[in-house]
Amino acid sequence: MLMPRRHFLVTASAAAAALSLPATARAASLAPTSSMRGGANNYRPGAPIVERLGSGFTVHGKVLRAADGRPLEGRRIQIWAATTLGGEREPRNHGSVLTRADGSFALEMEQIVPNFGQPHAHLAYDDGEFETVFLRPVMPSPRDTSVRADFVLA
Amino acid sequence: MRSAFTWAALAALIAVPVALAAASPWLGYRGFAYITGGFAGIFALCLLLIQPLLAAGYLPGLRGSKGRLWHRRAGIALVALTALHIAGLWVTSPPDTLDALLLRSPTPFSVWGFISLWGIAATALLVALRRKLPPRCWRWAHNALAALVVLATVLHAVQIEGAMELISKWTLCIAALAATAAALIDLRLLRR
Repeated sequence: MLMPRRHFLVTASAAAAALSLPATARAASLAPTSSMRGGANNYRPGAPIVERLGSGFTVHGKVLRAADGRPLEGRRIQIWAATTLGGEREPRNHGSVLTRADGSFALEMEQIVPNFGQPHAHLAYDDGEFETVFLRPVMPSPRDTSVRADFVLA
Repeated sequence: MRSAFTWAALAALIAVPVALAAASPWLGYRGFAYITGGFAGIFALCLLLIQPLLAAGYLPGLRGSKGRLWHRRAGIALVALTALHIAGLWVTSPPDTLDALLLRSPTPFSVWGFISLWGIAATALLVALRRKLPPRCWRWAHNALAALVVLATVLHAVQIEGAMELISKWTLCIAALAATAAALIDLRLLRR
């Protein structure tokens, strides 16, 4: 099929504009994070804000707002996991941290150990301002000394 | 001599993974119910190696009716260990256990545990209905369920990061699969 050159250019530029327009309009917004399966298991609402739960292992990440992609400061992230102190229901394995100005957070705790077949952490945002999100990141290796989970809240 | 070797090999295939699991440092961070439930699963896996050997009469001193008697006893033990496995996990973490039983768990091995559980339950039901079914049908159904249970249990076990040591776990699993395949081919095709 042959197409006149002008016709082709018009069609091509229109297609390019159609493809790029929504992208520029949405440039700053991000897809919100969905809760993961099993993320809320053994959740104990209202974990106390702590300096640390132990040492040797870090759970960290970032919290952003879906609408404009900006970091959210001072939001509470609740964290729990099975560690060398005991299982996921052990109270000493539950704690909360607040996000910093750049939206980042980190909590040092005891080494996470495999629980129910996978080494993993649990994180929750559950404070009402945005939709509740429960995450359950899995460590590639049980010998890892950190695990990351990011939140995009809507 | 040959019978001593058979028994020694079987003992090693079972004792080594059990001993290495018992020495796992992770047990120190777990409660009684979790350890009990975990080891019930390990012993159940060991029984899946023994069961086909008993059924086909491969174990010296346990052939014929004696072998079948121990095959039935081991079957009862397998049902009990499966129940203990789930009970131990339930006490440790009800939401994780419920997720697995309702097929909504995030762990890929849970679905195989689910299939194995219901395969074992169906086998127990089949045993209860033995006199009501034609023997030929019964044997085929029992063999099909046995193959499904062993395969599903192996797929369940090998994906779990737990107390079992990797190489001894794989060795036990491959041995259980090989014993099952050998017994099925022998009983259903060669000895018919």
